[in-house]
Amino acid sequence: MTQDIEPALIRPITPAGPEAVLRDMPFARFLGVKLALAGDELTAHLPYAPHLIGNPMIPALHGGVIGAFMEITAMAQLALSEKIDHLPKPIDVSVQYLRSGKPVETFARAIVNRVGKTVANVEVQAWQELRGEPIATLQAHFLVAPAA
Amino acid sequence: MDKPAFSAMFGTIVDNTPYMKAIGASFVGANDDGVTLRLPWRNDLVGDPETGVIASGVVTALLDNGCGMAVWDLVNEFKPIATLDLRIDYMRAAVPHRDLLVTAKCYKLTRSIGFVRGFAYEDSPDDAIAAAQSAFIIASPTLKASAQ
Repeated sequence: MTQDIEPALIRPITPAGPEAVLRDMPFARFLGVKLALAGDELTAHLPYAPHLIGNPMIPALHGGVIGAFMEITAMAQLALSEKIDHLPKPIDVSVQYLRSGKPVETFARAIVNRVGKTVANVEVQAWQELRGEPIATLQAHFLVAPAA
Repeated sequence: MDKPAFSAMFGTIVDNTPYMKAIGASFVGANDDGVTLRLPWRNDLVGDPETGVIASGVVTALLDNGCGMAVWDLVNEFKPIATLDLRIDYMRAAVPHRDLLVTAKCYKLTRSIGFVRGFAYEDSPDDAIAAAQSAFIIASPTLKASAQ
C-alpha cells in the first residue's frame, strides 16, 4: 500500500503507512490530523477536539483550523501521489467557507489538478456528516521543486 | 457619553476563543492601521522541524481571526460574522523563534459584507510573510432571528 511513497518524505517507511506522512509535522499533530488510505485514495480525518473551536457560542470550528486541515490534506495527497522528496510549500491558497464547521469529525479529500516541474495545482473539499454538503473548499498552488 | 469602542473587548474575545488560546495568540491593539494580533513561536506549531518554521496553517488561522476582528472594529458592535473566503499568498517563510504579528484592515464595509486585507510579519507589514484578502458576511438582525 505504501510502495509509491517516496522514502525520503515519510522517513522512514513503516507499516504505519500514510500516518507516517504527517509524523514529522508537529503542527499536524497539534491539530490531530489523521490519514486513511483506501487503495490509492487518501482521506484526511480531523477528529473533533475542544481546542479547535473558534466560536464557542455556536459552537463552530475555527475557520483557520478548517483552512489548515485542507492545506495539510493537499500536502499529504501531493506527498502520496507525486514523487516529491520534501514537504511541498504553499505558494497561495484560496479557501471558500460554505457552512459552519460543527463540533464533530471533519473529513477532506484532495485532487491534484496539475503537477509541473515547479508548481502543483491542488483542490480540496472538506465535509462532515454529509459528503454532498461540503463545509469548505480550497484551491492552492504548491512549490514542488526541491529547494536549491 | 460615547459608548466605548467595541475594540475595548477584543483582548477578552481573543482570550476566550478556544483555538486562539490553544495556539497562544493575543490581541495587541486596534488603530487606523487595523487590528493587530501576536503569536509567539512555539515548537508544536512548527510545519517543518528541519527548519523550525511555523506551519502555514498557523499563519492562516491568525490572518483569518485578525481579518474578522478588523470587520468588527469597523462595525463597532457585536454582530455575528463568518468568513466567506480567504485568499492567502505565502511570500516567505516565517523566521523561527520570533513572534508572528498580523495586522488586518477592513477597507470596505457594506450592510452585509466586510472586505479585508491583512498581513503577517515579524517587524513590518512592508516585509510580509503572508498577505490575506478576505470577505466576511455580517449577520443581519433578520438572519439572526431566523437562525435562533
